[in-house]
Amino acid sequence: MFKLEPRPSPSQAMSLASPLIALAVTVVIGTALFALLGKNPVAGLSMFFWEPIKNAYGWGELSIKAVPLVLIALGLAVCFRGNLWNIGAEGQFVAGALAAGWVAMQAGPATPRAIVAVILLAGVLGGMVWAGIVALLRDRFNANEILVSLMLVYVAEMLLSYLVYGPWKDPAGYNFPQTITFDAVTKIPKLFATGRANLGVLIALGATALAWVFLFRTYKGFALQVGGLAPAAARYAGFSSRTALWTALLVSGGMAGLAGALEAAGPLGQLTPYVPAGYGFAAIIVAFVGRLHPVGIVFSAVLMSMFYIGGELAQSRLGLPKAMTGVFQGLLLFTLLACDTLIHYRVRWAARTPAGAAA
Amino acid sequence: MNELALLIAASLNAGTVLALAGLGLLINERAGVLNLGAEGLMLVAAIAGFATCVHTGNDWLAFGAGALAGGLLAALFGWLVIWLNTNQYATGLALSLFGGGFSAFAGLRYTQEKLPPRPSFNGFGLGDIPFIGPAFLKHHPMVYLTVALVIGLTWFFYRSRGGLVLRAVGESPESAHALGYPVRRIRLLAVVVGGALCGVAGAYLSVIYTPLWVEGMTAGKGWIALALTTFATWRPVRVLLGAYLFGGVTMLQFFLQGRGVEIASQWLTMLPYLSTIVVLVLISRNPTFIRVNMPASLGKAFFPGR
Repeated sequence: MFKLEPRPSPSQAMSLASPLIALAVTVVIGTALFALLGKNPVAGLSMFFWEPIKNAYGWGELSIKAVPLVLIALGLAVCFRGNLWNIGAEGQFVAGALAAGWVAMQAGPATPRAIVAVILLAGVLGGMVWAGIVALLRDRFNANEILVSLMLVYVAEMLLSYLVYGPWKDPAGYNFPQTITFDAVTKIPKLFATGRANLGVLIALGATALAWVFLFRTYKGFALQVGGLAPAAARYAGFSSRTALWTALLVSGGMAGLAGALEAAGPLGQLTPYVPAGYGFAAIIVAFVGRLHPVGIVFSAVLMSMFYIGGELAQSRLGLPKAMTGVFQGLLLFTLLACDTLIHYRVRWAARTPAGAAA
Repeated sequence: MNELALLIAASLNAGTVLALAGLGLLINERAGVLNLGAEGLMLVAAIAGFATCVHTGNDWLAFGAGALAGGLLAALFGWLVIWLNTNQYATGLALSLFGGGFSAFAGLRYTQEKLPPRPSFNGFGLGDIPFIGPAFLKHHPMVYLTVALVIGLTWFFYRSRGGLVLRAVGESPESAHALGYPVRRIRLLAVVVGGALCGVAGAYLSVIYTPLWVEGMTAGKGWIALALTTFATWRPVRVLLGAYLFGGVTMLQFFLQGRGVEIASQWLTMLPYLSTIVVLVLISRNPTFIRVNMPASLGKAFFPGR
């Protein structure tokens, strides 16, 4: 019979191997699922793991999905390391898109190109305000941040819906629930002549570096993580848990808002009820699969983007439901959490000892 | 007057979904396990129940399918958090995300399906009594079973040995273990039973309340049910009352729209979520009050022999 035995110290190797084992298990289950649906598993898997990366166009598409995931997951990693459970990044993403969209709507052909910076800043502020509510209610009233941040997702979605169906609706839009198409000057600059990769890629990479410095090279980042790991020790050391709370939530809200702004002024170019595409929730998986480490998050965001694009391809080419993406994403997190057990425990095969035998 | 009766009836109907899920989560939390996966459990159970009802036409089989789906997923969750000691928050979230994706996937071919004609109830022959009949008596039996469940659970928690053991496990797993109780098995049992109840809630939602299948149809009800256990300071009767209150808030939008109140529907749809936040703030203001009432080991892993 298998027995779990605590390791004397957490295994560094397992911590890195666990996401790979989890991915392998997910792929095995995925293969079985394809076979079960009567599709060629090899063709199915190639939709997810080869088609998205086989040419420059594919990488451009990957970047469009990976950028918001990286940004949001970096913020969430800061939160989760501080043991603060902001699970409402989706709402902060929408709030950022709303603020950015409002700025973008004011722009005309005569507006200078620098408006892009204002749009991004507005997005950050929008996300910060939304997460700030969570921080305020937790700080002042001790309200659980998990529930408050999640409830605010629905509120943000309804606010978006109200605006695009009401005051912000494009008068020339044939009554579709959408804002005007933002003026061309607001468009996030593209990086290359072909493909959709835009400035967001550089911003995300810059944010990755900043997040690494913040977490591992600043006093504030250190204090925040101590507070997450050992609240009593943090109190004894005089680290303020309130500062940690506000920092973590404002950082993660700002990052999610930035992602929302990049989405609104990038691939979308207008606001519709479909702004919330689930990045805020998928980023939770990205953060965990990336070991809450900035570099790991970049890799896991690319992986998760492959799931998105693969799901779309599997739908258009194999007639498989797009919802497979969600199944795979959920499975990956599940298997990862199970595999993470191996970081702290090792599996031993222990024969059942007869009762009374010396242990 | 007639409208008020309809509003009460609708609140009880909507509240039953929240109450069933809230009671399930209450059982989990009394044993010390926090299941953030309620939303995912409910969604998978909703499609399981709906599909069963489409094929068999039987509501009770649908509830059974929902309970089975919820119980199985909860068992998986329980195995992860209780035996493998994974983080309860992260595992619950994984369950919610997986449940959302899986139910969307499994439910694809059911989005256009219709259920056989829904049964109507004459209110035990008393349905014609003005006001009382339409407000309280003409409901699906599950509404009354939920009330019975609350009474049963209250008895179980506070008057039975099993309930005492369950609460002991939630308050101090170390002491319960020292007394020789199999803490992990008790927790797993509580998680499975609680998950099954969340499953019945999901099935009630898709088979009786709505009744149809839409992707993501729980729309946060699992999370509101989680908040309910806190509002109710972990007491069954208060879970029920809170659920009816929130059911009423959910229904208020249709009531107001029917009255021709000039307000964009989105503001009204926001109401349940905003009220959840408001009530959460009011109840949490006093940390001592929460700490006194909360099962002491809630959310904490227990590893026997360490």
